Amino acid sequence: MKHDDYELFTAKTKAFIYGDQLRAAQRMLDFDYLCRRVEPSVAALITPERGGFEKLFWGTKEIRISRIRTLAEAASRFPEADVLVNFASQRSAYDVTVEALEIPTLRTIAVIAEGIPERQSRRMAALAKAKDKWIIGPATVGGVKAGGFKIGNAAGTMENIREAKLYRPGSVGFVSVSGGLSNEAYNIVARATDGLNEGIAIGGDAHPGSTLLDHLLRFEKNPAIKLLVSLGEVGGTKEYEIAEAVKAGKITKPLVMWASGTCAKVLPGQVQFGHAGAKANTAAETADAKNEALREAGVIVPTSFDDYHLKIRETYERLVKEGVIVPAADVTPPTIPLDYAQARAEGLVRKPTNFISTICDERGDIHNYCGVPIDRVVEEKYGLGGVIGLLWFKKDIPTYAREFIDMVLQIIADHGPAVSGAHNTIVAARAGKDLISSLVSGILTIGPRFGGAVNGAAEHFLYGLRNGLAPRQFVDEMKKHNVRIQGIGHRLHSLENPDARVELMKAFAQKHFRGTPLLDYALAVEAVTTQKKGNLILNVDGCIGVLLVDLLTELRFTDDEIDEMIRAGLFNAFFVLGRSIGLIGHYFDQVRLEQDLYRHPLDDILYDVPKAPEKVG
Amino acid sequence: MAQKGIREYDAKRMLARAIGEASGNRFTFDDRLVLVTPDTNLATLEKEHPWLLKEKLVVKPDQLFGKRGKNNLLLLDADLKAAKAWIAARMGKEVTIEGASGKTTGVLTHFLVEPFAPHDAEYYLAFTSSRDVDAIHFSPKGGVDIESVWDTVVSIQIPVLADPGKIEVLSKLPNIPEKEVVAAFIQALYRIYVDHHFAYLEFNPIAFSQGKLIPLDTVAKLDDTASFQCSAQWGPIELPRPFGRPMTKEETYVESLDAKTGASLKLTLLNPDGRVWLLVAGGGASVICADTVVDLGFADELANYGEYSGDPSTELTYEYTKTLLDLMIRKPDPRGRPKYLLIGGGIANFTDVAKTFTGIIQALEESKDRRQKNHVKIYVRRGGPNYKEGLENMRRLGERIGVPLEVYGPETHMTRIVSLALEEARR
Repeated sequence: MKHDDYELFTAKTKAFIYGDQLRAAQRMLDFDYLCRRVEPSVAALITPERGGFEKLFWGTKEIRISRIRTLAEAASRFPEADVLVNFASQRSAYDVTVEALEIPTLRTIAVIAEGIPERQSRRMAALAKAKDKWIIGPATVGGVKAGGFKIGNAAGTMENIREAKLYRPGSVGFVSVSGGLSNEAYNIVARATDGLNEGIAIGGDAHPGSTLLDHLLRFEKNPAIKLLVSLGEVGGTKEYEIAEAVKAGKITKPLVMWASGTCAKVLPGQVQFGHAGAKANTAAETADAKNEALREAGVIVPTSFDDYHLKIRETYERLVKEGVIVPAADVTPPTIPLDYAQARAEGLVRKPTNFISTICDERGDIHNYCGVPIDRVVEEKYGLGGVIGLLWFKKDIPTYAREFIDMVLQIIADHGPAVSGAHNTIVAARAGKDLISSLVSGILTIGPRFGGAVNGAAEHFLYGLRNGLAPRQFVDEMKKHNVRIQGIGHRLHSLENPDARVELMKAFAQKHFRGTPLLDYALAVEAVTTQKKGNLILNVDGCIGVLLVDLLTELRFTDDEIDEMIRAGLFNAFFVLGRSIGLIGHYFDQVRLEQDLYRHPLDDILYDVPKAPEKVG
Repeated sequence: MAQKGIREYDAKRMLARAIGEASGNRFTFDDRLVLVTPDTNLATLEKEHPWLLKEKLVVKPDQLFGKRGKNNLLLLDADLKAAKAWIAARMGKEVTIEGASGKTTGVLTHFLVEPFAPHDAEYYLAFTSSRDVDAIHFSPKGGVDIESVWDTVVSIQIPVLADPGKIEVLSKLPNIPEKEVVAAFIQALYRIYVDHHFAYLEFNPIAFSQGKLIPLDTVAKLDDTASFQCSAQWGPIELPRPFGRPMTKEETYVESLDAKTGASLKLTLLNPDGRVWLLVAGGGASVICADTVVDLGFADELANYGEYSGDPSTELTYEYTKTLLDLMIRKPDPRGRPKYLLIGGGIANFTDVAKTFTGIIQALEESKDRRQKNHVKIYVRRGGPNYKEGLENMRRLGERIGVPLEVYGPETHMTRIVSLALEEARR
């Protein structure tokens, strides 16, 4: 890009941003748009971790900005970009800057990181000088070319930018040490003059890559800049070079300047101000001495910062009167849509939500289950049962209920390798599938037949109880409709040889529950069915089903709510959760045993294929 | 985040460890050094450092101040018993040091003990850095106020981009015995100076004896921003506070808050009886507000310097304000005059002004009774994101708790609240 050597930035400047700085990039694009730039100023983001692209806003529409992994590639793809906004960290900013200085198409590098070792800063400055390039920083927010280009986060929010009229150039060139005060300075300039032309913060380190004087000399050469304004500070001796330059006639435009830190003389000797460079080691480095030297050289120096704006205004008005400045015309910038997040924070917009969650909130310091912070869940030993109470039932359930749920999960955790779920998991594991695939292929068998008896039993017995059917009547009706009563019957166990699992659950419920109406009903039905055959007992599925319904009643769910939860698959939920433990166990077992691909033996298959298919049509 | 003075003990320890490698194993420094602190058990010192019994010793305070000889704080050529007695007599005592920049009073807490080295010659040697060059300063006249013999000092400039291993010193040294050895020593020390990110290193004097340079009085500053690359070279290092007044309880507390967060919270108490108190956001703005108090002639009334910045949480802002207010309203002005709290700041970049004001408002509300007794008047000036709401909240606070309170935004010059308060104070 060809432009005069005093112009580091124009309305055509293109820049790379080093680092994953999407907000800074968006702020640059917003500024561009506000200035009615033809093209965005961000050529690409340099992000070593990944390539691809990023979507950012250009006014109301979205545009793509490339992510490129290396500076070299970016420079070859976008040779017109001559600025690098280097957001690399304190540790790597030096290496990135040195690399950038070697790239011929890059001319200006803004180094944002704070805390770069002084020796590295000095080397960067010397390298840049040797190559006739510019470094702004380190430890700076950057700078802004009014109406043209903005470095990263400089100039703050869009509101600041609009209020300081940075969307169109004025007559003032401003340079300061501090970046934190640049918004304040732009505000002062905007109120006292026709506005900023260019503003630079060189950064508060002891050895900035470019100095106040470097930029003042640039402004001196720029015919669009008529008034120089600067803000120095205690520490270093750079302000004397400015005084010398004024005396030597190298700076001829009026310069209003103040060196801050005059309070240092009343502070205990070793107070270090916020900036690394802001400390006077000798009398010459004090702000008072500097202000005096500047004043002597003919710089316009206020008596305190309190008059700074008055001196600027006074000088500006004189220049207007002398015809040196023709005040820049005001223009109306386009509106930049508010970001949704900001507008919402300010209460300017609302929109209906697409999602709702009533069981868990992960925002804030610590997430909570149904209002109970997770640390309390752990400290108060909610256990798996208590957590299920919070997340499934939205209730803080009593200890015995938590224990009962734990018991159910333990009992249904596994039932051997032969049942369809475990079988499927084993076959999938042996086919070399991963944990999730193997687990899921087992879980997918859970439904009306496998594991479904829990659900069925609950529904059947509830039907009988709610319709006031006497046990005998219930058995007869089911028989009449040819429906097998779910949860009744066992291969091995019988009245004489009861199932230990069922006995445990019954005993627990009878001891802790206030009542067990559905269990009582099921046991009455069992009394009828066992008259027919000794093994038609209430089995483990049936017992779980009826007791879970009794538990829900304990937890004060209404009949309608219980029905709703059954329809939603509550019983399958317990089965899926519990049995997953076993399925995962089978998966690990197969992997550890290095079991090979399973193939079903042919002699275990009946082959009954017709000679030819039936012909139709 | 800048140049930090380190103890002579640490500087010598680092140099002794590094000189071998830096000189291609040609030179060594004595690494027998002991730092005595308030926690050191003097009675058993020789158990850990048996050499203390064999050598004549040098003892001096090691607390980042010089001119120890002139201030009568240097013990030379002593045995261990005398050294212990000397330290015991001074440990924990307050002394006033007369230095180049005036008098400083502080408490003695750290002493360096090292072998006394008889020697032939005393030289001056210093390494300094400026923007474009490092400089090596050498004079054959060491051990005196170097400013008084500055015409004997040769300064060798080394461009910052030069390879520190390939500098040439010999031809530039004045005529001294065994000049080649001294030059090689200086070259090795320069390499350490660069590699260890020293920002300043001065030996006055450095002795020459039996073909060896021996650092006697050593002053060193490190660039503490380089700690991420130098932790191995530096070893465990303490960056002590400068000698002088110990921190107050409140300053220590604010420092502990500051250490806990990425934000910045600073407080220096200047004059607890002062009537102008600063609660200013931002490093630059806080300096300028303090400047303006001084420039307008109220240096004597400036109670504190401080700042908060980097978007501190509401809680931290609250704690900071509470600490400051507590100092401010501890006792009313003896003449019953009002006190001024300046809640200032420039136009913030991205800090939510309303949010940071929340903590300040909370602390102000809680301090109601004592604040009224102290006749506190409050001036507010701030801009930036959400400033209108922040300022409005401040105004409402004023009405709610009945405190005289003036509120200004970006339309008012940043330091105007300083001059307003001082104009009123002057009346």
